[in-house]
Amino acid sequence: MKLNITKPIIKYRNISKSFGSLRVLNDLSLDIAPNEKVALIGPSGSGKTTLGRLLMTLERPDAGTIEVDGEMLWHKEVNDQLMAADEKHLHRIRSKIGMIFQQFNLFPHMNVLRNVTEAPIHVLGLSKEEAKEHAVAMLKKVGLGERMEHYPSQLSGGQQQRVAIARALVMKPKVMVFDEVTSALDPELVGEVLAVIKEIASEGEMTMLLVTHEMDFAREVADRILFMDGGAILEQGPPEQIFGNSQNPRTRDF
Amino acid sequence: MWDWNYTLSFIPELLGALKITISATFVGFFLACLLGLPLTMARRSRCKPLSLVTAGIIEFIRSTPLLAQVYFIFYVFPNYGLSLSPFAAGVIALGIHYATYLSEVYRGGIEAIPKGQWEAARALNFSKSRTWIKIILPQAIPPILPVMGNYLIGMFKETPLLSAITLVEILQVAKITGAQSFRYLEPITIVGILFLVLSYISSIGVQRLETKLNRR
Repeated sequence: MKLNITKPIIKYRNISKSFGSLRVLNDLSLDIAPNEKVALIGPSGSGKTTLGRLLMTLERPDAGTIEVDGEMLWHKEVNDQLMAADEKHLHRIRSKIGMIFQQFNLFPHMNVLRNVTEAPIHVLGLSKEEAKEHAVAMLKKVGLGERMEHYPSQLSGGQQQRVAIARALVMKPKVMVFDEVTSALDPELVGEVLAVIKEIASEGEMTMLLVTHEMDFAREVADRILFMDGGAILEQGPPEQIFGNSQNPRTRDF
Repeated sequence: MWDWNYTLSFIPELLGALKITISATFVGFFLACLLGLPLTMARRSRCKPLSLVTAGIIEFIRSTPLLAQVYFIFYVFPNYGLSLSPFAAGVIALGIHYATYLSEVYRGGIEAIPKGQWEAARALNFSKSRTWIKIILPQAIPPILPVMGNYLIGMFKETPLLSAITLVEILQVAKITGAQSFRYLEPITIVGILFLVLSYISSIGVQRLETKLNRR
């Protein structure tokens, strides 16, 4: 697949973010092409999760800008000046982004089907029938067509995470953030979740930001690997380069 | 000694007044449930002054006697052009007083919701109000229902306070009956038994609810 890097869908520019006295991102800039699959690897605390959370508007950057699909995410341009964006603006841009969480974060009081139909009905304004149709198709795709009446507590972690993936996919985001989606799973359940993500990735129609510790998975799925440490990107390149003959001693150690 | 004929003679009137007691309880509790919510929101607000002022109001209402609040609403408000019937003044006082307790119960329920639920709602682009209505409250309310039930019972037992502003509730009727015949034993005892029976039945209901919720 050809990637059009001259017209990035995501542009991080000089992003800094601190939590208290801890600086987790340090003047970081990054472009991501439409449909590109980017894997973020690196030690914990390196800022890779924060990068995804900023994009999902779960954290606000202290400095710098993020552009999504040609528009500022956290800012609005008014008379050539950057103003903080209001909730309405965030709401509009956020519709292009989806996220899968480490802890799944399914809604425990809703069954699987409702978990997946709730946002299409109340956010996208689909009819119940339409939403159900999409949800059923998506749940079948992630292999959970038989579990639609179950509640999250009745499912294994791997199944819950697949529901979460279906729930995010029915919103049809252009960009999806996968935040260490297998870290909370028992080892024997990791495979089923990664298989689903690989399948989605192979369809190509989505930009993916994958924060992961699964090196084999990153190598297989990603077009580009970013190695992060200390709030900065230390090295990046295609998987063969990063895993084959890394130039950077820190990356090799990792 | 206990006089059954006398007892039977005032029972119908007592049961009539029981209706007032029960409706004051439910209307008051409904108000408390309603008013508690904005108090919780204001208390949890990111706007520091609002949160602090609300905390102050809650503390003030909780630390002053309910009877004083009842008197204030019934006897002081008319000076400012707001004359209320004993029933209205009573349920408003009960509602406001118990709203401060319920607001803290709500707060506990809401703060027990994992941060991930808010984040998932945000990632799915739910609006603020939808997040509350569809995601947060349906999870926050069931676990606190038993506590709310106990406040309902507590409030029920406090309604005789409203006799102080001439509301003819059950204890007031018992007192009037006693005063007319100089026999207080039967009316006051029956009032006590009625409170006991109703509170006991309600508390069994609350316990059932609790076990049901714990089983989920």
